[in-house]
Amino acid sequence: MEKEVVFTLKSLYRDDMRITGYRFGKGDKAACIVGAIRGNEIQQLYTCSQLIKTLTKLEQRGAISKHSQILVIPCVNPHSMNIGKRFWTMDNTDINRMFPGDANGETTQRIANGVFEEVKGYAYGIQFTSFYMPGDFIPHIRMMETGYHSPSLANLFGLQYVLLRKPKPFDTTTLNYNLQLWDTNAFSLYTNATDQIDEKSAKHAVVAVLRFLTRMGVIKYTSHSGYIASLLNEDDLLSVKTTTGGIYRRLKNPGDGVERGDVLGEIVHPYEGQVLEQVISPTDGIIFFAHTSPLVMENVVAYKIIRRLHE
Amino acid sequence: MIETVVSIGLAVDEKMIIKKNRIQPANLKGNEKRICIVTGLHGDELEGQYVCYELTKKINENIQFLNGIVDIYPALNPLGIDSVHRGMPTFDLDMNRIFPGSENGAMPEYVAAKIIEDIDGADMCIDLHSSNIFLREIPQVRVSEHMEEKLVPYAKLLNIDFIWVHPVSTVLESTLTYNLNNKNIPTLLVEMGVGMRITKEYGDQLVKGIFNLMKEIDMWRGEVLAVKEPIISTEKEVEFVNAKYSGIFIPCVGILGVIKKGDSMGEILNPLTGEVEEKIVSPCDGMIFTLREYPVVYEGSLIARVCGGAEWKKR
Repeated sequence: MEKEVVFTLKSLYRDDMRITGYRFGKGDKAACIVGAIRGNEIQQLYTCSQLIKTLTKLEQRGAISKHSQILVIPCVNPHSMNIGKRFWTMDNTDINRMFPGDANGETTQRIANGVFEEVKGYAYGIQFTSFYMPGDFIPHIRMMETGYHSPSLANLFGLQYVLLRKPKPFDTTTLNYNLQLWDTNAFSLYTNATDQIDEKSAKHAVVAVLRFLTRMGVIKYTSHSGYIASLLNEDDLLSVKTTTGGIYRRLKNPGDGVERGDVLGEIVHPYEGQVLEQVISPTDGIIFFAHTSPLVMENVVAYKIIRRLHE
Repeated sequence: MIETVVSIGLAVDEKMIIKKNRIQPANLKGNEKRICIVTGLHGDELEGQYVCYELTKKINENIQFLNGIVDIYPALNPLGIDSVHRGMPTFDLDMNRIFPGSENGAMPEYVAAKIIEDIDGADMCIDLHSSNIFLREIPQVRVSEHMEEKLVPYAKLLNIDFIWVHPVSTVLESTLTYNLNNKNIPTLLVEMGVGMRITKEYGDQLVKGIFNLMKEIDMWRGEVLAVKEPIISTEKEVEFVNAKYSGIFIPCVGILGVIKKGDSMGEILNPLTGEVEEKIVSPCDGMIFTLREYPVVYEGSLIARVCGGAEWKKR
């Protein structure tokens, strides 16, 4: 393993911001893995750290294939992470809306460019990422339909679900989208946490990446085969929205099977304590996404349910 | 007439309400044109607040000259303005990156869709921005290249100093302006001033321009004053000046200043060592239309934009 600083940004008042990469193996650019891009992606950072730990052991055992190079960047934004800020410290811009970046542009464009120059050109790109809404997911692989995507490869992670979605206008500046445009098979891997560490979910994510890399011939690692993924389109997910605001009592979790008419959650009057609204499942299915915050507004997506799928 | 564009119940005894003020003639014929003035999408941009006030006041004082419907939306991100927050609080989301939104989407996307729905069908829209807290801008309209022919004639009526024609590739498809133009509603993106401040003279300048535009499209029958002829520039005629070093930027020029290639624009200083980290010089002859306001800079921070195109040289 070679540890190197792939990008440095000087700061007047703080230590330099160093983006560190860990390289395993030598030769062809096989896979790059990127962890936290936003400052609150603690789970993504932790997952990367566990991956780096495992890859280090595998390399010592000679389990990295010849002529295969893996790059892992655990954290793109340590400056924000260290002060508990989600986006860029100074101007609050989102580095994951700045790709492919610009070497002569604004600060976050330069950071994005510095990272992108390192991660482009790999056969496979994996990003541990988080959703822009607060909530928990079933662990899954998410892909955008760019025309370059490959759902059959996504299946090789052995996670239960692969979600396909059509890119929205803002997606064109994300890392995943730009990796795909540069001929990398890019995957976003969602675990079921962001600000907090979920050990079990992080372990699943690490094993999923190792399983994928094994199946692509990049490493040798023996694990169980995982799942044959259910391929979902975003349209298969039914959003269940709140119709009032209040204190939120979540009654179901990602992965739970539900039936039409089941009570999924309750919204409680913030002063008087009575239940203002029951969040009712409009369909049979499996919970894919669940709102986490203890407060909820009106018209918020409390759940996303995979319709008519049973446990 | 104050109307609700969208209302969302918050968790604890409050509603987030986006409001608009509809001003219209007493007797409607049913075929009136409609102009929308929208602002406050970014909670730290306040220049539009004064423009909304002044425009409403002046129209109401001379309502007999109004020949159309004026919808004024002072605060598309009311929680952001109230809490000095550029994005939408709780989601930490840039509202001008989620359009066109979706009726069935998450709350911010739903709000975006309702805003578009409310503006839909208008004959003209002005989307007012005031840069951010870091940069000061002269009053200007930004137009994407593919809309140049359609929008520049309108932009010239607005009494602004500068029209910047962007290449299509740099236009963000998730903005309100892009999506309204895409719906065939001519929408002018105005940038002026600086975040968290109100520059009264810029506001007065623009209000004059809005009346002039309304007169031109037959929505205003009162007298209007002569307006400025803006400089029009394409992307390649604009030079960007970015910091090469982190430090404190102290300018020695002012916005709208005329400058020659190689002239000093200021210095980046290191308060710890007492050294000058970088001397900033102009990359071309021209006019400074963007200038750094917030002194602390990182490597890459934008210091200035200078317009040095052919039209500038002619002048």
